[in-house]
Amino acid sequence: MQLQYFLLLAAALFCIGVYGLVTSRNAVRVLMSIELMLNAVNINLMAFSNYLDPALIKGQIFAVFVITVAAAEAAVGLAILLAIYRNRDTVDMEQFNLLKW
Amino acid sequence: MNLAEGVQIVSFIILSVAVIVAALGVVLSPNVVYAAFLLGGVFISISGLYLLLNASFVAAAQVLIYVGAVNVLILFAIMLVNKREDFKPVKYAWVRKAVTGAVCAGLFLLLGTTIITTPWAFSTATSVGDDAIYLIAEHFFSDFLLPFELASVLLLMALVGAIVLARRDFLPDTALASDQDNLRLPERPRELVAAAKAEQSSTY
Repeated sequence: MQLQYFLLLAAALFCIGVYGLVTSRNAVRVLMSIELMLNAVNINLMAFSNYLDPALIKGQIFAVFVITVAAAEAAVGLAILLAIYRNRDTVDMEQFNLLKW
Repeated sequence: MNLAEGVQIVSFIILSVAVIVAALGVVLSPNVVYAAFLLGGVFISISGLYLLLNASFVAAAQVLIYVGAVNVLILFAIMLVNKREDFKPVKYAWVRKAVTGAVCAGLFLLLGTTIITTPWAFSTATSVGDDAIYLIAEHFFSDFLLPFELASVLLLMALVGAIVLARRDFLPDTALASDQDNLRLPERPRELVAAAKAEQSSTY
């Protein structure tokens, strides 16, 4: 087993997440894409922890912190989504232009 | 994990194919409910990858937090904004998709070449294996104590913030007259924007 395989998998997952983040119209799917990207970062951290630092496993600590922040982000993001759905009556990202003009 | 090399490689291939296919399904599937369930599949497969990487505690945490909390939260959000709407087509949508695809492919190529050409400093120390949970606890209460406490404050802030944001608006002009009304939550009665709009359009 090689470190590079895991890193390539994480890179592919991150790129899929970026693609979904930019092209999705549904706001819930945008949040799901953010979760995909955070998971790609977590795979990276765990691979580094196992192959480069197996004695102190600091990568696992960082992964736990990333999971914590991701859970907080999901809760606040979905609350914002509910609030904006109540105001605008849509989940279309194209119509969330309150701050644009 | 005391698995043979071949078993590890086969399970890595199966798990990574599952991750990539399910992630593509999350991004490309036209139905957002299917996308949410496929997201759960992605999380479970990633938890299997963590098991391959000798991290059983984080694998369990991944299943508990992501599948048990985040994915359920996303499903609830889908149910709460359950509105079947066809998005108005945007001009030059295919240009946007093509450009984004090209940028993502370029990003992947860049990351791939960096990963392959970098001389990684592999460690020769033996893996701690299942003692990782003790080591994680030691880290949390010694050199990572401040981030650990900050994470708890962050979770509390997210909890309060999510409740404040997701509550219905306070209507100040419905005055709290009598004493028994003080015990009720000051919320707008349950009439939604959608219902009001539907009424409006039906009167036309």
